[in-house]
Amino acid sequence: MDTDRERHRARETAFYLFTQQSLPACKPVLTPGWVIAIFLFMGVIFIPVGLVTLRASHCVVEIVDRYDIDCVPEPSRMDKVSYIQDDSIPKNCSRFMKVHKYMKAPIYIYYQLDNYYQNHRRYVKSRSDKQLLDGQKYHDTSYCQPVESNNNRPIVPCGLIAWSLFNDTFEFIREGAELKVNRKNIAWKSDRGHKFGKNVYPFNFQNGTLIGGGKLNPEIPLSDQEDLIVWMRTSALPSFRKLYGRIEEDLDVDDVVVVNLMNNYNTYSFGGKKKLVLSTSSWLGGKNDFLGHACVFVGCSSLTLAIIFVLLHVKYRRPYGDMSYLPWNRKSFSG
Amino acid sequence: MARGRIRAKLRKSHLYSFCLFRSSGSGGQSIGGPGFSRTVYCNEPQVLNQKPYRSNIISTTKYNFFSFLPKALYEQFHRVANLYFLGCAIASLTPLSPFSPVSMIAPLAFVVGLSMAKEGLEDWRRFMQDREVNSRKVHVHNEEGGFGKKTWEDVRVGDVVKVEKDQFFPADLLLLSSNYEDGICYVETMNLDGETNLKAKKALEATLGLDEDDNFNNFKGIIKCEDPNPSLYTFVGNLEYEGKVYAIDPTQILLRDSKLRNTEFVYGVVIFTGHDSKVMQNSTRSPSKRSRVEKKMDYIIYVLFSVLLVISLISSFGFAVEIKYSMPVWWFMRPQDADEYYSPKKPVISGLSHMVTALMLYGYLIPISLYVSIEVVKVLQATFINQDIQMYDEDTGIPAQARTSNLNEELGQVDTILSDKTGTLTCNQMDFLKCSIAGIPYGVSPSEVELAAAQQMANDQEDQGELKTLVASKKEKAHKSPIKGFNFEDNRLMNGNWLKEPTAARIMLFCQILAVCHTAIPELNEETGNYTYEAESPDEGSFLVAARELGFEFFQRTQSSVFVREKYTASGKPIEREYKILNVLEFTSKRKRMTVIVRDGEGQILLLCKGADSIIFDRLSKDGKLYLEDTTRHLNDYGEAGLRTLALAYRKLEESEYTAWNNEFQKAKTSIGADRDAMLENAADMMERDLFLVGATAVEDKLQKGVPQCIDKLAQAGLKLWVLTGDKMETAINIGFACSLLRQGMKQICITESGSEDKQEVKEDILKQITNGLEMIKQENDPHAAFALIIDGKTLAYALEDDMKLKFLGLAVECASVICCRVSPKQKALVTRLVKQGTGKTTLAIGDGANDVGMIQEADIGVGISGVEGMQAVMASDFSVSQFRFLERLLVVHGHWCYKRIAQMICYFFYKNIAFGLTLFYFEAFTGFSGQSVYDDWYMLLFNVVLTSLPVMSLGVFEQDVSSEVCLEFPAVYQQGPRNLFFDWYRILGWMGNGLLCSLIIFFINIIILYDQAFRAEGQTADLAVLGTTMFTCTVWSLNCQIALTMSHFTWIQHVTIWGSIAAWYIFLLIYGALSPRISGDAYQILVEALAPAPIYWQTTLLATIACTLPYMAHIAYQRCFEPEDHHIIQEIKYYRKDVEDQHMWTRERSKARQKTKIGFTARVDAKIRQVRAKLNKKQ
Repeated sequence: MDTDRERHRARETAFYLFTQQSLPACKPVLTPGWVIAIFLFMGVIFIPVGLVTLRASHCVVEIVDRYDIDCVPEPSRMDKVSYIQDDSIPKNCSRFMKVHKYMKAPIYIYYQLDNYYQNHRRYVKSRSDKQLLDGQKYHDTSYCQPVESNNNRPIVPCGLIAWSLFNDTFEFIREGAELKVNRKNIAWKSDRGHKFGKNVYPFNFQNGTLIGGGKLNPEIPLSDQEDLIVWMRTSALPSFRKLYGRIEEDLDVDDVVVVNLMNNYNTYSFGGKKKLVLSTSSWLGGKNDFLGHACVFVGCSSLTLAIIFVLLHVKYRRPYGDMSYLPWNRKSFSG
Repeated sequence: MARGRIRAKLRKSHLYSFCLFRSSGSGGQSIGGPGFSRTVYCNEPQVLNQKPYRSNIISTTKYNFFSFLPKALYEQFHRVANLYFLGCAIASLTPLSPFSPVSMIAPLAFVVGLSMAKEGLEDWRRFMQDREVNSRKVHVHNEEGGFGKKTWEDVRVGDVVKVEKDQFFPADLLLLSSNYEDGICYVETMNLDGETNLKAKKALEATLGLDEDDNFNNFKGIIKCEDPNPSLYTFVGNLEYEGKVYAIDPTQILLRDSKLRNTEFVYGVVIFTGHDSKVMQNSTRSPSKRSRVEKKMDYIIYVLFSVLLVISLISSFGFAVEIKYSMPVWWFMRPQDADEYYSPKKPVISGLSHMVTALMLYGYLIPISLYVSIEVVKVLQATFINQDIQMYDEDTGIPAQARTSNLNEELGQVDTILSDKTGTLTCNQMDFLKCSIAGIPYGVSPSEVELAAAQQMANDQEDQGELKTLVASKKEKAHKSPIKGFNFEDNRLMNGNWLKEPTAARIMLFCQILAVCHTAIPELNEETGNYTYEAESPDEGSFLVAARELGFEFFQRTQSSVFVREKYTASGKPIEREYKILNVLEFTSKRKRMTVIVRDGEGQILLLCKGADSIIFDRLSKDGKLYLEDTTRHLNDYGEAGLRTLALAYRKLEESEYTAWNNEFQKAKTSIGADRDAMLENAADMMERDLFLVGATAVEDKLQKGVPQCIDKLAQAGLKLWVLTGDKMETAINIGFACSLLRQGMKQICITESGSEDKQEVKEDILKQITNGLEMIKQENDPHAAFALIIDGKTLAYALEDDMKLKFLGLAVECASVICCRVSPKQKALVTRLVKQGTGKTTLAIGDGANDVGMIQEADIGVGISGVEGMQAVMASDFSVSQFRFLERLLVVHGHWCYKRIAQMICYFFYKNIAFGLTLFYFEAFTGFSGQSVYDDWYMLLFNVVLTSLPVMSLGVFEQDVSSEVCLEFPAVYQQGPRNLFFDWYRILGWMGNGLLCSLIIFFINIIILYDQAFRAEGQTADLAVLGTTMFTCTVWSLNCQIALTMSHFTWIQHVTIWGSIAAWYIFLLIYGALSPRISGDAYQILVEALAPAPIYWQTTLLATIACTLPYMAHIAYQRCFEPEDHHIIQEIKYYRKDVEDQHMWTRERSKARQKTKIGFTARVDAKIRQVRAKLNKKQ
């Protein structure tokens, strides 16, 4: 009983304090000590973090090879668009990539497209997540305009994104032997498991007049079409890399990797570049010097500010809580 | 009670035209003509040709059941911002929308719904009040011949009603008869004009016989009168009764909302009902006021609209260019299938339609939630004002009330306070304090000024012991004042001891004058057995109380006699004496005296007179000047102590002398014509001569509790106080002294009118006085010199004319205090407008009566004093307090806090929405200006509703730069508001710049880090969802850390809201990610699978947060170190607990803070102390 009453009273007191706006409060004041300490602390945190990040970034080895121009035969270079659109011309092409530093497996293979607006609103909207999961059971494909149906039958997967699937292919040969490329598990696990239906098969896809990018094997369910899944994750920026696969063997210095590629995808009409990238990864991900530099910069700024404040305080010291600064003690006060 | 508010167009003097035996000259010359078409068939409301007049139902609601929705919606979309959002919501249903429709419509529905709910609730309250009024009961004559109870709403024009004592009149009535034989009744018009004194009404002679219920069975009559109009003091009409026509004047009209007093019952015929009644015709809706901060906010909104337009134009231009040149080659978008919107062939149309998309996309620059947040915050602030226990009046049990929450922050910016006097500064209660009888002063109670001076001296350590004892004795006595209106203390007179005085006969005469010379009506208080008095003025009331206490109890008044019971007589037995009233010469402001001529029990005719000393002294006989010298000296003393004085005199009359004069007088009275008044005046003047001076009275116009101290604090806070009063100049100056607005040594500039007939001459004269005053101030060398301006109403009327008002204002603002006396309610409003418009500063008007309504509505903030009976001022006000002294806390604490809170809140709002909204714009440049948002729709929706709204609201509700005690100790801190330090363009643009910087930092850090490289050890690269989520995380962190830096007061609430908001974001991500991908799309499992395991995600968040807050932090650190503001210093003092360690310094600083003030209690008490010391020195 007593404790109950006490609790009740305590609650009443708290409520009273609340209504009278006099709840116990912490009133921090940015005294010079705190200011300098905070800036110092931030400097001390950020500079080491930045250095560690930079180190991780430097450990990453990356080989980039632009192939969009070189893979077009010399005579066709004047009119690359008609070359790429002409199905009768074989599109195979070989590239040589020299490893300049030891690359530890897994080595990630990316294709990089430039000037490709995968984030354009018309493009981003043109898909149906429900159809990807439920297949033809889901009928409303109006989101997929303008690639929703062909010959009055729905297209699975519908929409511009799927329709413009990237379809260059790469084969890697080192010293005459084919390098094994693992193309499994390049998409997010949740995408494979829950976003693309296991029982949904491509249907009426890239048929007739509506031919855009790559084709899909209608025998394989969407959840296993990892290239499509990766492609369907629209990029944030007009220049982007997407994962193609993994080489699960180490590459030594001065190894030369021969890449046999099928140059099918049309970026020539809008002047986009195509690159092939081989990269190792660190705990950080890919090569990312900026993050490290930015951390070091922020750390240094903090340190500099700390020093500036120390100097300022030494030179123009203002006694804190000094009455002479109060309005009625200052001459300028006119109230 | 929701009654009409009286327009501020009354003139006090008109009220006196209700005087008893005066008939109005306006006959029924135009009755039946246009404007005078009303015909009332008395007692037969069902007559067929009766015009259907309006019913007696009143409705003050804005809406009814059906009109609520359309009308309230119209009100809501009247606001430009809401209209814009409505446009967006409609456009969101088209394919042009960058967002899903729900994310546009839901917030708008919420905002509009909330505001409409508030409107609806307020209207509901009004409806309930109306219903209460409409369902009051009154006795109405029915067909069966009796009187039955009916509700007010059923009362019809022509009904005969019976109103009983202390009831309100249900409609405008024609008085037929009362319980008094001569058909007189008394009404209280508190609700109409704020006057507390009773007014007499008199029925027509012809209807006097109708004074019983049964008499009405055959009563028929026709009233023809004017149409409904708002003039309270005129009435034109006539009554056809029993074949004759009688003219009706305002004396017979009982107005709705006034109250029957001192009369058992009256009968009346209903003339005007419901909204036709004069009081309802007078009602005006109080104008809606907006605070300065909000008005400025509109400008910021315009600025942001322009920014919005500019970036939308850039976007649509970019889009059009992209569509024209790039779209044809983007085969992956199938340009050949594109609809109009994306068609490369029609880039102009595409661009234009994209404009709509862009306007919606960047809509985040204009914070829709700002309006709703401000609304909510202000309501909470108002709740705190209402809850403040220190503004709760224990005597009346009335708390302070914020009647509108629109103006909270305006309280922090007040520059000039315009105050009513009676009922606001003073209690409208006169205490009989001292008197001088036959040259001997009586009464030892100190006045408030004396008391305060004594107390102040007691606190001063250097004072001599002698003074201390003086103080102690005074203090004790000050505590007992058991009788209202009587604070007299002297054993020589009390308890019948006056009989032993040598001048007992004179004392008796003195008391007789007090008890007989008046127009009051006694009322027996059943509980105590005492008599209370309904007097025309509180002075008169206090005289009667004094007479009663001294043993001369006035207990009955008939039409012809006054009865006084004498308690202490030589014989020891109480005697009752009757005084036959022969004539009453009433008090007018011109005569400044009042006289009654009575015949006492012995048949002796006496003339008893009281009046202003200067008037009385001129009329003394030679013998009558016996005590003149002593009395004059005492009067001066009383005047210095801030008391109101009157002189009392009498004269014995011979029968023949009186009869001769009375004939003259009656002749004058019955004469008709323009010179009637002058003749009456002359006749009175003839008689009021050769008086014998008996003594003088001194009453204290009791100040409300704590008024001098409050004025003192307000002066320290840099506020100017103008007193606008209907009192005469001398009284006003007295009160000025009493409440420390004036003090000795202050130079008074009195501006009065010369009395010349020629208007031009008068104006020139006034102009000269003003110029002289200005000259005087200019030439003053002493920086501590203070000036006071005192001006009367008539002069003010000239000074307020267009050609002179600015000059007058120029003089007035130079003066430390301004007192305007004898001003009408309309002039009060005009002065308020002049100050408001002339200085461009915020004005606050405070008053309690209906005569202050105009001023209260006109001022930027109107404060009503609640607790007194009349509610007019409170109904018209924005805030109500029950005592003037609570104004100090309302302004200095709540005003200061609310101003800073709202200012900081709005600044932060713009900061956060710019920081967020611009990232959307930058991203456009990377999407070919297509209108793709980088964030998921749900993030955007939650941004304003959940993730950033609560911290900023807790800033708006709970932030305190310094505690309330410190606010009161250092009122000077208040000056930050009037100087608008926290909402000037410098600061607003600073915050906007900060927002711009933040948006740049967040956007580019994220873009560069997540550009093309893998962001995880498993090699995945970032897609749109990852980039958007990371960027959004950075935004949530930065904005919430920023507000933590802005706050200086953290209770658990702030911690919960700030850190809770950040936590809420992660919780939302978890939940959203766990939903089916059909709903969450690319955000499916985004935190768990993609982001949380990636160190780069956390590192980017940390980096962006610190980088965003670093500049602001450096700024505030620099500002505090090298350009500290007032509150910074005080915060530091408190933080280092210097006030605890160094008490002496703390006290010294507090007293220092006061020295600057030129007016106020402190200054006044100092003056008094000097005076007393000088006296003491003389003695030694």
